[in-house]
Amino acid sequence: MKKNLMTLAIGATMLAGPALADLTFSSLSYRTGPYAANGIPFADGYADYFTLLNERDGGIGGEKINLVECETGYNTEKGVECYESTKGTGALVYQPLSTGITYQLIPKATADGIPVHSMGYGRTSAKNGEVFRNIFNYPANYWDGASIAVTHLADLNGGDLSGKKIALVYHNSAYGKEPIRTLEELSKKHGYELSLLPVDHPGQEQKSQWLQIRRDKPDYVLMWGWGVMNQVAIQEAVNIRFPMENFIGIWWSGSENDVLPAGEGAHGYKSLTFHNLGQDYPLYDDMKKYVVDAGKAAGAGDQVGTVLYNRGMYAAMLAAEAAKTAQGIHGTMTLTPAQMRDGMEALEMTEAKMEALGLPNFGPTFNVSCENHGGNGFGAVAQWDANAGQWGLITDYFQSDQDVIMPLVAEDSSAFAAENNITAGCN
Amino acid sequence: MPDQLLFAMEVTLNGLMAGVLYSLVALGFVLIFKASGIFNYAQGVMALFAAMTLVGIQKGQVPFAHLINALLGTEVHHFGWHVPSILAILLTAGVMVVFAWIVERVVLKHLVNQPDIILFMATIGLAYFMEGFGDLMWGADIKKLDVGLPQGINIAIDDTTFGWFGYGFFIDNLDIVATVIAILLVISLTVFSQYSKQGRALRAVADDHQAALSVGISLRFIWVLVWSIAGFVALVAGIMWGAKSGVQFSLSLIALKALPVLMLGGFTSIPGAIIGGLIIGVGEKLFEFAIGPLVGGATENWFAYVLALIFLVFRPQGLFGEKIIERV
Repeated sequence: MKKNLMTLAIGATMLAGPALADLTFSSLSYRTGPYAANGIPFADGYADYFTLLNERDGGIGGEKINLVECETGYNTEKGVECYESTKGTGALVYQPLSTGITYQLIPKATADGIPVHSMGYGRTSAKNGEVFRNIFNYPANYWDGASIAVTHLADLNGGDLSGKKIALVYHNSAYGKEPIRTLEELSKKHGYELSLLPVDHPGQEQKSQWLQIRRDKPDYVLMWGWGVMNQVAIQEAVNIRFPMENFIGIWWSGSENDVLPAGEGAHGYKSLTFHNLGQDYPLYDDMKKYVVDAGKAAGAGDQVGTVLYNRGMYAAMLAAEAAKTAQGIHGTMTLTPAQMRDGMEALEMTEAKMEALGLPNFGPTFNVSCENHGGNGFGAVAQWDANAGQWGLITDYFQSDQDVIMPLVAEDSSAFAAENNITAGCN
Repeated sequence: MPDQLLFAMEVTLNGLMAGVLYSLVALGFVLIFKASGIFNYAQGVMALFAAMTLVGIQKGQVPFAHLINALLGTEVHHFGWHVPSILAILLTAGVMVVFAWIVERVVLKHLVNQPDIILFMATIGLAYFMEGFGDLMWGADIKKLDVGLPQGINIAIDDTTFGWFGYGFFIDNLDIVATVIAILLVISLTVFSQYSKQGRALRAVADDHQAALSVGISLRFIWVLVWSIAGFVALVAGIMWGAKSGVQFSLSLIALKALPVLMLGGFTSIPGAIIGGLIIGVGEKLFEFAIGPLVGGATENWFAYVLALIFLVFRPQGLFGEKIIERV
């Protein structure tokens, strides 16, 4: 009996453990907790893309993909636990989906030689690959976002923002404070007046901030929010009758979840994005055929085509393309995290490549290099159409103000290198 | 009149309105604490669960749809009907009564005569269970709450104050409705506890469990009753807060707003919950208005808890709480 139990236990362990020949990707997801409504579509998109590759293509380069998902609840401590408990599975890259978790993983993953892709979040100056050797944040970061918003506003005003008033409503955390320095630098260049309105976590009560906006009458409001803060801010803006077309959120403040509770009042609200929207792409036909209709979707299949689902899918697509690049560089189909890092550092996203994948114009074109782990800083502006119930791009992808961003990246990354005794370089 | 004074008046009015919303949450805590000595950690989650249930019933959502579909391979999501708001609210209140009965049968009954800390720990467990159960039952997506409550600026107040001062005050219609409902709720609770048989029994239990038991009052019935009332209060709070942000998990965090109110007003006083809420609401808004810009803003949570701590030092039982003297 004991022998049988032992055999059963060993068998179960072998089944539960990673198949070492597979390409293992880790998904630090949050399907529970206060941010689950946002975490679920991202995690579904991330998982479904890999499922599609397995079902349609047999994996990447003939190697099946093994996705290891770990629930963080958007909690930094749990995120670190997830990393520690899954890094032994041979995970090629981590997508922490949290700025707090990313900050904790930067030293750990660097020491372990495992790459981290904090796509559009995390530490902005990780763009400098000479300092942050294992951290990538392409295709755009928070400072790019701040600059893209200001450039868009400048475009609306014939290139002249002098004398305009811009208010930043932000989550009072490291994440929310990220754009402040950039916006201050940009205000010197463009001559607008910047006012800062922090919101306490979680952001359910914002009356003070919106009364101040009503009194000060800024021309534009930018928002760096997440979770319930977004929904409340949009509702408060509706309540004070702030013109929604003058209200722009960062890409983490621009999903269906953020605008639907405010109903028709949210019509015209804008958000930044670094990927395209909707599901009018050939790839979604395959997604439906091989994943959703086959009953292999990660969730209920009801998130396909939403903003955050697309973002998760885009993250998985970039990971898969980096893995293909790594396979090409090293001439092997099985990869190590170090080889994956090389692939990420040599990643080139071209329009031809996206079209071949069935995702034409789905994201900006960009190249990654040792010096530049953050892509080219391209983003676009989307606008919510409450009548149609969907987001749509209202601009092409355009580049952030590199003259302002790059010195800030250099300054911050140099400080990090000095604090941590890192010798910057590509060797 | 100077602009700053006008702004301060507007902030004060909005602070009073915000205070009413805090009081609505605090009321649920007070009811249960008063009747059973339990600090109900699950009160915030009850507000979330009640609001989710309301939206689910109203929209004809199939409970546990994801689970059913995953297990049976079906594709059921909605019953295809839309329940009128009033009926949905009544049905949800009924669900909260059933919830109270289950809590009494499954949790409280087995913990009679246990120390208060055990009961408190049980409510923590209940909160975690309810969080997961609610998600499983109704899904984790953000739901729009539409029970016909008016929202947005009150034009009459805006026009009137503009006529008086040359500056129109912003008062949210939803806050006005919340205030009216809170007043009605407090009057109803007062009348119920003063003039009904069950209310008097509830007060007797609150005063002395043993004495109440000795005259034949059923402690278990009173617990079901008080948890049902707290469930109804949670439903009202869930509707008001859910109308602002949509019904989502974060509704459970509104309990954080009630704690300083309770510390200030006292854990055992219904008027204390109201007065405490108003003081916190006005205080935090005025502090943010006057001092916030000097110290970088986002002072509201900080102010509420600091004020509550100061009260704890000088009046530990809160403004209206019962002073407990224990002889050693």
